[in-house]
Parts: sequence; C-alpha cells; structure tokens
Amino acid sequence: MQSKNEKEKEQLLRMSGVNPLKCMRCGKCSATCPSYDEMEYHPHQFVYMVENGDIETLMKSPSVYKCLSCFACVDRCPRGVEPAKLIEAVRLLAVRQKGNNHLKSDDIPELLDSELPQQAIVSALRKYSK
Amino acid sequence: MKVAYFPGCTLRTKAKELDFFARRCAELLGIELCEIKDWQCCGGVYVTSNDEIATKLSSVRALIAARDMGMPLVTVCSACHNVIKQTNNAMANDPVFSARANAYIAQDKNPSAPYHGETKVYHYLELLRDVVGFDKLRAAVKNPLSDRSVGAYYGCFLLRPGKVMAFDDVENPKIIENFIRALGAEPVNYQMRNECCGGPREPRARKEKIIRRHIERRRMRCRRACDGMSSL
Repeated sequence: MQSKNEKEKEQLLRMSGVNPLKCMRCGKCSATCPSYDEMEYHPHQFVYMVENGDIETLMKSPSVYKCLSCFACVDRCPRGVEPAKLIEAVRLLAVRQKGNNHLKSDDIPELLDSELPQQAIVSALRKYSK
Repeated sequence: MKVAYFPGCTLRTKAKELDFFARRCAELLGIELCEIKDWQCCGGVYVTSNDEIATKLSSVRALIAARDMGMPLVTVCSACHNVIKQTNNAMANDPVFSARANAYIAQDKNPSAPYHGETKVYHYLELLRDVVGFDKLRAAVKNPLSDRSVGAYYGCFLLRPGKVMAFDDVENPKIIENFIRALGAEPVNYQMRNECCGGPREPRARKEKIIRRHIERRRMRCRRACDGMSSL
C-alpha cells in the first residue's frame, strides 16, 4: 500500500511535470527568487522536500502563497528543474482541499484601494482559490 | 494585414488609452486590428499545472477564434500575452492537455474544430518588430521624442518562460530599447529591468515593505543610469 505522502508526491510530479532528481542543489533558484526573504521554505528546499516526500509540511507552510509566478527560477535553473511549477502544484494540492481557499471573494471588498490594480485580484483568485 | 485583436480586461478599464493608441497606431502602420468577438478574460496568470483545464479555456477559445478568422492573434497586455502564449504552447505540445481542452470545447453550443496550436500569437511589440519593422515605424514618426532618455521595464510576463515566450533574449532583451530608439528617444540601460515587480502577489501582503523595496531599488537604478548618461 502506498502511503499518503507517496500518493501526494506522485500526484505532484504528474501535475507539475517536474523531476526533482535532476536538481543538483546549486541554489540558483532561491538566489534569484524575489520572495526569498519572505519564505520559510525556499525554492531549492521545495524541490528536495518533495523528493523526500515531506509534502504535508510544505502544504501547511505560508511559503506556498509567496511565490509570485515570475518564472525567474524556471528560466535560470541550469538543470531545467522548474521549481515554480512544483511550488504551484503544492499550492493547488492545498487549495483544492475543501474549505481551504486562501482567498475568498468575500475578502475582496476590504482589500480594494485605489492603488490596487484589478488584475491583481483576478490573478490572486486564480492562484489562491478553487 | 489583418490581425485578430485580444484587448483584455485591463485595456478596457485602467488602460483605455493604451487600447485607443494601439488601434490608432496600427491603423497608421497599415495593420487592421479585428477585435475577437466575445473574448473572455485570460485570468491574469497562467496556471502551470497540466491538470488545470477549465482555467485555460478562455485562452483556447480566443486562439480558436483567431484561427477561424484566418489571422494571427495580437495582445497589448503583457499578462494576456503570457497566458495565451503558454496555453497555445500546451495545446500544441501536450497531447493529453489538448485532448481534454478540446473535449470541453466540443461541449460548446456551436463547437469549433479541435485546436492544436495553429494560431501564431504576437505581442504588439513583436508585431512592430517582426511584421511592421522598426525602420518603417521610425519613418512614420512625426514628432520624435528627441532629447529624452527612457528606461524600458520588461518584467516577467513578456519574457518568461523564455522557451515558450520566444519574445527576445531572456536575460538581455533589446526589443523595447529598439522601439524607444525608433521613436527618437535614447534608451537607458539599467539593472533589474527584467525582474519581477511584485504585481501578482497576495493582495493582503501588498503593503508590506519588501516589494516596495524592489520597486524603489529599480527606480533608483534607472535614475542613476540616467544621471550617468546626462553627465557623459
């Protein structure tokens, strides 16, 4: 019988198309990440934590909501690992759970201000809600 | 030349001027922008996961509409450009994804023929560079922006992921600089012009200092580069 972690790992790898075994731990993804300072687990840690099946920890971490999807790590990885796709898959696995939306439409009115582009709200709903 | 035009929501709300001038300039340069009928919001960000189908259908529909119009598709918004190009890439190169997306499209009222990435997607700048040509643009300029220094900001969506966007050199892009030159101004080369602005971040966290710091740092670098140029 597969453990829950193994199942989740398999699903993550299938959704993201990422092969964490390609990672050589150079840390370039974390070095280039604009959200590095805000993250508890950094992009290179995501890769080896998924590899080790340490997925529940990642799903519960606020770090999954810090990725900006800027694809800097995707383009600058010398091994083509594409960490952003893995982070996104972990985030989806978390927000797809019932009642686990990170942003609800009811939260939006209080977030609005004149500086906030509406595109930011649209993108946030797509990223943080199911 | 006729091109299928996808304005996107921002050009209908906060950036109406961009829409107006994009249409007017295209007309003057001999390009007819034919707005896609009933286009839908692209969603602002591309969800990379290959089992996310419904979130990408609005882009698929726009791509199909352009194919059926027999035209390439052009957007001015960098986010729409990114989402539509990435969706087009998935439709062309991921047979499982395209089969699933086409199965949704087949449920439409008047279903179109299955789509496999036939439409060519341009950003407006690519259209100016590859179809019109910057030389022709330069010749069409009536009031050149002489004696001005302009710093180009690329950000993420125009460039990355580089293999899919195929927009310009990912780490050392030149297209906006060449565009600025064609308009008669002097481009400013500065650091971080192709780094993230922090736009697609959690709305709750927008007021935190870190992203402001990123933007401030970029402004400062552009400023310093400008000062360096004027002292030459």
